Amino acid sequence: MKWTLVGVMVMATVLADLLQSYEMKLAGRQSVRARGLMRLARLIAQRRLLLVSIFCMAVSFFTFMALVQTQPLSFAVPASAASFSLETLLAGLVLRERIGPRRAAGALIVLCGVVLVGG
Amino acid sequence: MNDLSTLPPPAVSKAHHSKFAALLRVCAVVLLFIGLKAAGNLSLAWGMKHFPETMSAAPLPYVKAMFDPFVAFGIGAFILALLVRMALLSMADLSFVVPVTAIGYLLAALLGKTFLHETVSAERWVGTALIFFGAALVGSTEHSTTGGKSQ
Repeated sequence: MKWTLVGVMVMATVLADLLQSYEMKLAGRQSVRARGLMRLARLIAQRRLLLVSIFCMAVSFFTFMALVQTQPLSFAVPASAASFSLETLLAGLVLRERIGPRRAAGALIVLCGVVLVGG
Repeated sequence: MNDLSTLPPPAVSKAHHSKFAALLRVCAVVLLFIGLKAAGNLSLAWGMKHFPETMSAAPLPYVKAMFDPFVAFGIGAFILALLVRMALLSMADLSFVVPVTAIGYLLAALLGKTFLHETVSAERWVGTALIFFGAALVGSTEHSTTGGKSQ
């Protein structure tokens, strides 16, 4: 059961992150001051893909809630990092980001860490 | 000797300075996000572990859990973290943001051990350290490779 929860959480996170990154690249540079955060909240209501990404994040969040109740926090949080390799791959393919050897190696090391933590 | 005032402005140095300022801004937002996420994780885990009902596919226990003050604080911190992360994604690549913010996983293991008295095995510590080093390696790359509009 715990790996099913991890699987659902990872897939929902990957989809949410891709959609969010795509929309935020279109929206341009944003600020983290109070006014900037308000503008971001308004942006969520205006963009359909951002709303879908928030829905996916909600799915991921509720799955995390169920996971953290039965599993240690030190397992649940790092296990969610399994999304890293998939996200790095899709960031290159879908978002056209340049994944150099150093970035790819870093993401791979993170994935090894996740496997160790979950094992 | 040339008069210094007749020399053209140091364009390279200015570009370097603005690049450094952008990097500092990205680092500050990364730290803010990690702090909010760690506080949210700890509060949520504390609230859920002390919540009397077991979670299932039914939505009611989730709604009830949201009224627990620790769970509510955790959700509030997550909502703020979500907005901060959106701003971060407008400044940097997804393939940069995701591994760099993984430093939060190290923090989660530390907080779990310190406040929730969780047992963290040697293997799990090694894994967490790998996550940290991988994140640091990605952090040493260019934070944005696709460019982006300024606002």
